[in-house]
Order: sequence, then structure tokens, then C-alpha cells
Amino acid sequence: MSSTAMWIVLGATCALCFALKLLGHLIPESWLANARLQRINALIPIALLSALVIAEGVVVKTHLVIDHRLAGLAVAVAALFAKAPFPVVVVAAAVTSALVYHLH
Amino acid sequence: MSNLTRSTVRDSLSVAVTVGTYGVAFGAASVAAGFSVLQSCLFSLLTFTGASQFAAVGVVASGGAAASAIAAAAMLGTRNALYGIQMAPLLNVKGWRRVMAAQITIDESTGVALTQAPLGVSAMREGFWITGLGVFLFWNVFTLLGALGAKALGNPASWGLDAAVPAAFLGLLWPRLQSNFLRLVAVASMVFAILITPWLPAGLPIIATTVVAVVFGWRAR
Repeated sequence: MSSTAMWIVLGATCALCFALKLLGHLIPESWLANARLQRINALIPIALLSALVIAEGVVVKTHLVIDHRLAGLAVAVAALFAKAPFPVVVVAAAVTSALVYHLH
Repeated sequence: MSNLTRSTVRDSLSVAVTVGTYGVAFGAASVAAGFSVLQSCLFSLLTFTGASQFAAVGVVASGGAAASAIAAAAMLGTRNALYGIQMAPLLNVKGWRRVMAAQITIDESTGVALTQAPLGVSAMREGFWITGLGVFLFWNVFTLLGALGAKALGNPASWGLDAAVPAAFLGLLWPRLQSNFLRLVAVASMVFAILITPWLPAGLPIIATTVVAVVFGWRAR
């Protein structure tokens, strides 16, 4: 991605995310009434975060690729099951992935 | 300081410090995606909503288009609007204080405010402001540290940074999976993302997965 495009990503992300926050403070509470919209909105973070795990963990461009990252993810899953705190999960995944990367 | 206030302050600060340290992971992920240290810090100062920030740099790192990165970040940011609708009547502020309140309207400040409900409105307000401002401070300091650290380390794969990013997403996702239904939505989203990945340009499968949220949220359960 070009340097200009990266500045555009940064600027637009900042502007849109702030606009959404401010919008919430400006519109009346009655807008919360639509139950379907609320249900869908509550599920969006789960769907997007799940897709991001896949996109970052087992995808290169448009191909599924199994590599050192998956070993890191497997350890992250184990750490989460063991109720490890967030920093431990991330560091354990990184260390595992780096080890597999160098051994390979 | 009353006992009531002290427990609110303690809750707020413990959340602020814990969540703030995640900023290290963001700073590192952002630099690994090709953003500069300055750009990484601007993300945390101006966007200040973790999942959206991770999404924007994540899509860039995976070779996606700028529009995909921006759309994924904005979709994840819509929940802050819903938090704002809940928080505005509670905080009851105008002018620059409202702008400040909007910027710190995130998962954590809203969450702590709502859990203080049994202690009354003033404890809820206090929880919102202390948590929001506390996360803001720590999140930005730790973003800078993570970005500088990643810059010094060099090749992301060599230090496992390329696995730290999906692990961070998983860590953000995990606490949300409170029921079998929500776990089903997560698994369905992952399967859907895997199935459509070979057919769409990089980055687009992430946004396309919102379809799964629409399908599962359409009917009441």
C-alpha cells in the first residue's frame, strides 16, 4: 500500500470512529428501540473479530496458508482456555510462532 | 473519599491499567503492518477504540485495499454509537465536555459505568470518566512503547509479531463468547471467512462476514 493510502486509512478511520461516538451522544435514546438492529449490532464485533483471526492467522493475500502463525494461534487458544490474561496470550503466541519460524 | 467512591475508583483504575497495556500489542501490530511510529500513535490518540484500530492495521497488513480497512474499522466502531446513546442521558454534559465524553465512549468506560449502577448515578459517572481517561492515558503510552519496540526489532515474523496480531484478535473475541449461541456465531463466521477467502480480493472477506451477524441477528431467539 502506498504511503498516501496509509495516511488515508489513518485519517478516515480516526474521523469515522470519532463521528460514530459523537453521533451516539447527539441522537435521542428512542433510536435504540429497534430490536433487530440491536441484535445484529451486538453480533457484528463477534463476526468481524472471528474473520480477522482467520485473515491474520491463516491467510496470505487471497490464499489459505498453514504456517508458523497457526502454531502461535493454537497456543493462544490453550492459554485462553487456561484463563490466562491478555498479555500472556499474545506473548505466548508470539514466542511459539517465532520458535517455529526459526526451526523451520 | 467515601467507601462508595473508593470502590468505583479501584474498579476503574484496574480496568484502565489492564486494558491500557494491550496498547503494546497495537503499537507493535501497527508498525509491523508498515505504519510509522507517529502514525501508530495518531491512531491511538484520535481513533481510540482498540478493535477498530487493530482491524484497520490488520487489513492493511493482509494486503487489503484502503476502503476495506476503513470499512472494517467503522463497522467495529458502530457499537460505540450505541454506548453513546446509553451514556449521554447519564452524563448530561454539553460543549467540549460532550466532545471529550464522546472520545472516551468505549467498551470499558461504558462497561464500568453500567456495573456501578447499584451505587447510584454519581458512581456511574465517576466510573465512566475515570475508566475512560485512565484507558486513554495508558493506551497511548503503551502504544508508543509497542511501536518503538517493534521498530527496534525489525522482521515481524522473526519475533512472532505476525502471530501476535491474530492472537490479539482472539483475545478480544474470547470474553464476548458468553453463550453457546455466540460461540456458534463465531465458529460460523470463521468458517464463512475461510470459504470466501479464495474468491474475494484481500481484506474484503472481513467485511463480508458481517452477513453472518445479519443472518444470526435477524430473528429473535
